[in-house]
Amino acid sequence: MGHVTGEQAKAATEAVLPPSRTASFLDSDLWYSFTRSPLAVVSAMVVAVLVLAALFAPLIAPHNPFDPAQISILDSFLPPAWMEGGDPRFLLGTDDQGRDVLSTILFGMRISLAVGFASVVFAMVLGITLGLMAGYLRGWVDTAIMRIADVQLTFPAILIALLVNGVARAWAGPQSYDKAVFFVLVLSIGLSFWVQYGRTVRGSVLVEANKEYVLAARLIGLSSRTIMVKHVLPNVLGPVLVIATINLALAIITEATLSFLGVGVPPTQPSLGTLIRIGNDFLFSGEWWITIFPGITLAVLALSVNLLGDWLRDALNPKLR
Amino acid sequence: MTEATLSVRNLRVEIPTRRGVLTAIDDLSFDIAPGEVLGMVGESGAGKSITGSAVIGLLEPPGRVAGGEIRLAGERIDNLPPERMRHIRGKRIGMIFQDPLTSLNPLYRIGDQLVETILTHQRMTSGEARDKARRLLEEVGIPAAETRLSSYPHQFSGGMRQRVVIALALAADPELVIADEPTTALDVSVQAQIIALLKRLCAERGASVMLITHDMGVIAETADRVCVLYAGRLAELGPVREVVKHPQHPYTIGLMAAIPSLSGDPDAALAQIPGSMPRLGAIPPGCAFNPRCTFAFDRCTAERPDAYPAGASRAACFLHAPDRPYAAPPDVLAAARTAGIRLPAPMDEAGR
Amino acid sequence: MTAIVAPRTLVEVRGLRRTFDLSKPWLNRMIERSGRVSLTAVDTVDFSIREGETYALVGESGSGKSTIAKIVVGLLAPTAGSVTIDGTEVWGRKTAEEERRMRRKIQMIFQDPYASLNPRWRVGTIIAEPIAAFGLITDAKDRVARVGELLSLVGLDPRDAVKFPHEFSGGQRQRIAIARALASDPKFIVCDEPTSALDVSVQAQVLNLLRDLQQRLGLTYLFISHNLAVVRHMASRVGVLYLGRLVEEAPARELFAEPKHPYTRMLLDAVPDIDMEGKERLAIAGEIPNPVNPPPGCHFHPRCPMAMDRCRIETPRHNGAGNASVLCHLYD
Repeated sequence: MGHVTGEQAKAATEAVLPPSRTASFLDSDLWYSFTRSPLAVVSAMVVAVLVLAALFAPLIAPHNPFDPAQISILDSFLPPAWMEGGDPRFLLGTDDQGRDVLSTILFGMRISLAVGFASVVFAMVLGITLGLMAGYLRGWVDTAIMRIADVQLTFPAILIALLVNGVARAWAGPQSYDKAVFFVLVLSIGLSFWVQYGRTVRGSVLVEANKEYVLAARLIGLSSRTIMVKHVLPNVLGPVLVIATINLALAIITEATLSFLGVGVPPTQPSLGTLIRIGNDFLFSGEWWITIFPGITLAVLALSVNLLGDWLRDALNPKLR
Repeated sequence: MTEATLSVRNLRVEIPTRRGVLTAIDDLSFDIAPGEVLGMVGESGAGKSITGSAVIGLLEPPGRVAGGEIRLAGERIDNLPPERMRHIRGKRIGMIFQDPLTSLNPLYRIGDQLVETILTHQRMTSGEARDKARRLLEEVGIPAAETRLSSYPHQFSGGMRQRVVIALALAADPELVIADEPTTALDVSVQAQIIALLKRLCAERGASVMLITHDMGVIAETADRVCVLYAGRLAELGPVREVVKHPQHPYTIGLMAAIPSLSGDPDAALAQIPGSMPRLGAIPPGCAFNPRCTFAFDRCTAERPDAYPAGASRAACFLHAPDRPYAAPPDVLAAARTAGIRLPAPMDEAGR
Repeated sequence: MTAIVAPRTLVEVRGLRRTFDLSKPWLNRMIERSGRVSLTAVDTVDFSIREGETYALVGESGSGKSTIAKIVVGLLAPTAGSVTIDGTEVWGRKTAEEERRMRRKIQMIFQDPYASLNPRWRVGTIIAEPIAAFGLITDAKDRVARVGELLSLVGLDPRDAVKFPHEFSGGQRQRIAIARALASDPKFIVCDEPTSALDVSVQAQVLNLLRDLQQRLGLTYLFISHNLAVVRHMASRVGVLYLGRLVEEAPARELFAEPKHPYTRMLLDAVPDIDMEGKERLAIAGEIPNPVNPPPGCHFHPRCPMAMDRCRIETPRHNGAGNASVLCHLYD
């Protein structure tokens, strides 16, 4: 067993750098299984297209549906361009106020996706933090958090969202409410979803906290907070990613539902849900395109995100490999 | 000569992975005679568990038998359709796994699990089956067998559970019992009881046993013959007394020397084999053991040795090769002789 | 003639006791009318370890050896008794600075090489953690160099520091764990079944490494194992545990040559006869009873071939002569 001097060791370590993260990722089993699953690749592409479309909506949308100057009531209820009576300016037709359905879908998707992502991130952060604390600190912290979670689970997500919404509306008044609607929506949807993350993370933490590498960290006197964040957290994030992907679809639909019910985004900034609501009134009187196209978009978005999440869950499941 | 209960010839097990095909078992041949206990010994990754799984047809996909033959009492079983294999499994081959806690279904009573196994493989009324289950529990040494039939697995201790698992494996009177590390999860004081029980019951029934373990001590006490595996290949195969006391393969020699015992000088360092067993994807050319072998010479990196006869055993080492196109250097031969390796008779000078 | 100075006592364990409350919640107890259930994992254990020696604790499941290990290193609080390491009481009141200084002297090597290293950290970071935590080397480059030194000390390549634990075999991971344990320059290391999960040939390497390091660095070990043959190679003194009690304690040579307690004899008999001298193993009776409800009097009496009536009723006291002690009525 040779004894290497400090200098030699330093030199040897400097000579070999760890592989870059991109290189490691492309070499990983995850990427391999992704490229071999046609469903995953297609769903990912669909999601990417929709996200990019939403992102670049101001550039690619033929009209700006939120600019009152561009809307004319004379253009209302025009059918899609390929039908009789359609106008090539409005590819998918117009709604009751003369807004171009296609443009409204693109701009509406921005709101849907933004609210969806933000609420999932909020739920994740809240759920992971509370789950970590409950699982690692145990005792009354655990009991308190879990009982709150239990109570919250007895309420359907929509109900909670409505509740928060209603409280915020009453508290802030209609003027300031409109400005803060985005945050209120994110808060209400996020609050209704955190429990899943919390519970899953808590379960994983309970398992990890007994492992010897955590004992080794406690042995050298590290604080609970340091151990939770630096040691335990990286090891419990796996299932969280899967839940997040599947939750994204649900969050988008929840926002759509809230908007559909009229307690979501204000009608001046319609999201997909608002569109569907508006069009709902006209569905059977002949102007089907106002509801159907946003509906299809929503369905496709939710489906692709869900399929991607399904694939991710199977790919990350060590037992199925 | 009676037919061997289990006959394995040139078995090859491959595991396709995205980085290439790994050969988990490479050209393995051995027999188990009726009533005999054959020990399968090797370190983690040597392939002993995979051999057991291959014989009983429970290789985890994508692993598969890629070559060779497995015969149970003369008939081939490695190429049977899954339905037929299912019939053989349990009825003619019984299996005992390592962890008694997970071998038994925690939701069902012991009696029900036993009766289910018995009825799957033998025709009798459920009353007769229950009777047989009770007798089995008594045979494996569980007191108050009648009442214990209604107990759940968690109501038994570890050793008791393993006894129940043995009862389950023997329920259909199999010809061959494969025991994969049956005592590793048990306390030391219980291990001896369980091993003795297994040996006695199988001897009474005339069943052969393939005892898979990494514990040479258990082998020394229980097995009739022992098969030593290294990196998926046969290293040595022979009567247990010979292999344990006069190992003929350098790996076996190193292995036996590394085992701490209750005799010998406690202050001396334990003999250790340098390096470690190669991973399946990184087996060196020639003899798999050659990088770590004290007696290696040039032939060892060039060709792969067959299992040559070495006294009463067989050893896959060129030191035992009867033909000597390349002779080992004299200092290697001398060292081998000192280590107890019985070299084959030197060829005549005239080169007969 | 040089005066031989007896090495000083580094670790002293006095009257150590630990019970676990396994009672069901209050509501369940009220409904089921069941009482409190408590498990005495460690029942008044005393022993001491001298500097530079290896003290082995031998026992099977339920013996309390893992609990003792955790109490000794400060991971689990005792119900009663004290542990003193190099003059400092592990569970006594002390300032944060004293606590840090004490923690620096103690380290532990765990049984499962697959769970004792954080799978998401690189090996270099794992080994450097104690150095960083105690602020021993502040310069990052110097830390990296020290990690490289430690890796080569345990027989690995300094360049292995950039790899992840899953790229190593069990034996190599255990070496990494040893390197981590050495990183804070401890005086006392608790080895909890360090080779039980390893193959025989790897075990030999790791045990030799541990002995070598002890000689070079003057370490003191508390070595926990259920394998008597391994203990024989490592320990200078041995303590045998059964259901939380230290039933025999003696210098290693004495214990193996003349085991006094019937349980020690049973354990020695249970070691398989690898030399094939045709030794018949003694028929061993029964199994370890449920630690929640241990047999009254001497815990071992249901399995003891020499049990007397007295053993069922009266708990034996320690009978000692010099270095050794036995907890058995046969030696009263």
